[in-house]
Amino acid sequence: MAFFIETLIGGLMAGMLYSLVALGFVLIFKASGVFNFAQGALVLFAALAMARFAEWLPAWFGIESLALANVLAFLITIAIMFVAALLIERLVLRYLVNQEGATLLMATLGIAYFLEGFGQTVFGSDIYKIDVGMPKDPVLILENVFEGGILINKEDFIAAVIAATLVTLLTLFFQKTATGRALRAVADDHQAAQSIGIPLNRIWVIVWCVAGVVALVAGIIWGSKLGVQFSLATVALRALPVVILGGLTSVPGAIIGGLIIGVGEKLSEVYLGPSIGGGIEIWFAYVLALVFLLFRPQGLFGEKIIDRV
Amino acid sequence: MSANILLNVNNIEVIYNHVILVLKGVSFVVPEGGIVALLGGNGAGKTTTLRAVSNLLAGERGEVTKGSIELAGERIEAMTPADLVKRGVIQVMEGRHCFAHLTIEENLLTGAYTRRDGKAAIAETLEKVYSYFPRLKTRRQTQAAYTSGGEQQMCAIGRALMANPRMVLLDEPSMGLAPQIVEEVFAIVKELNEKEGVTFLLAEQNTNMALRYADFGYILENGRIVLEGTAQELANNEDVKEFYLGLSSQGRKSFRDVKHYRRRKRWLA
Repeated sequence: MAFFIETLIGGLMAGMLYSLVALGFVLIFKASGVFNFAQGALVLFAALAMARFAEWLPAWFGIESLALANVLAFLITIAIMFVAALLIERLVLRYLVNQEGATLLMATLGIAYFLEGFGQTVFGSDIYKIDVGMPKDPVLILENVFEGGILINKEDFIAAVIAATLVTLLTLFFQKTATGRALRAVADDHQAAQSIGIPLNRIWVIVWCVAGVVALVAGIIWGSKLGVQFSLATVALRALPVVILGGLTSVPGAIIGGLIIGVGEKLSEVYLGPSIGGGIEIWFAYVLALVFLLFRPQGLFGEKIIDRV
Repeated sequence: MSANILLNVNNIEVIYNHVILVLKGVSFVVPEGGIVALLGGNGAGKTTTLRAVSNLLAGERGEVTKGSIELAGERIEAMTPADLVKRGVIQVMEGRHCFAHLTIEENLLTGAYTRRDGKAAIAETLEKVYSYFPRLKTRRQTQAAYTSGGEQQMCAIGRALMANPRMVLLDEPSMGLAPQIVEEVFAIVKELNEKEGVTFLLAEQNTNMALRYADFGYILENGRIVLEGTAQELANNEDVKEFYLGLSSQGRKSFRDVKHYRRRKRWLA
């Protein structure tokens, strides 16, 4: 039992990281109807910037305190992400208003490759670490319930709390503020939104900024766990089944979808793996996504495709 | 037409995709506080004309290549739709275009996006809109996609009103609606015009209905204005009766007997 719960918790933690990446997809899709392939690249780019500035700042200015260096690096990275959002809108999206979904998707693919290449040119392509001072030591809990207790990571818990806070804030932003409402309006109907005076350009900058911040948070958590390296960009592909499962338009869907896939991967690997051969972790998510595409294409929580008859 | 001219469209030409010439020199004026109807069949250029004014053309790859559009003396061809909304010109698009997943109330509130005069003023306008469209109030928490066509049209008009416009460009409000609902919508438009002083520029295929509620009308055909006059004059014009109202001096007439070449000869000569 203790082993099962440990696996479960491990799965939830992995799932939460998927959720964070999926969240970036959902935000941009909701607000602009663009399936943003560049989200993974954004995560990599943000994590690279964060890791390198946290390293450079103390070297350049002789900052002693780790916390101060991290906070400054965080702020600088946020600024960089905002500039990136602005440039993406100015140089790419602005010219693609009202184009086919496929055109926009190709454009985000282009953005993804550019960010990956540019990020590594500027920040280097080695493996870097992000050390935000999260406690790494595992703790044993529930020792009196199970023999030997359950081993969990404090770091994972802190990450979970951060993710939960982020999601709550985003949900409130989308549901309660005028800007959030405008974002949802743009997601529903570009032209109508334009006709009532919502400036698409500004909305897109806002949403890419928000996606940039989400990417940064995801990047920091992944980076501090596993180090910052090129493979971070491919987590976007892992998040793809998550958005299919949770629904492309649902913030809670991205979270729950991520958790389900994280847990599913781990449990199937541990319990089904021995009987049908290992490696289930790698394809489990995609098979689940396929099943969902067949039976519930809008995902668990996606907006219903409402057809008037 | 002695009142102040609010909108002055002077000889505009619109080209889509750099090659398709849709408007070939359209000129008209809209007086402050009036209801002006642009009439004509499918493909005559009504929607394009409205889009040229509201500047929603860019999204359809269209552009105004000649002529000028002035709003109260100010040139507006190069402005964005958002600039125009701030100046009080807002378009209600053909086919309603409500935000399907937003509730009716959220739809209305998005209309106030450009306003900077505070929540209280917006809430006041919202109540006003509900007083004109009591149906909307009963459905305020319903997602727009689940409301009827008439309610969606009302929602679209109400959403435009939330911006406190001087002028509303109303594109084909009768599309796909039952005659009774069309009547209801037009009556509200008239009321808004009289009580709130909102100027309307109306593009409509339903010539009969439009001429009953408008003050002045222009008939568009093939991207040109072929006839203009007060609603009264147009309704009594023999050609309009024959081609748009389906009437002739002998009363109702079979389409078999209509001589289509006549209007070509007369208007394109």
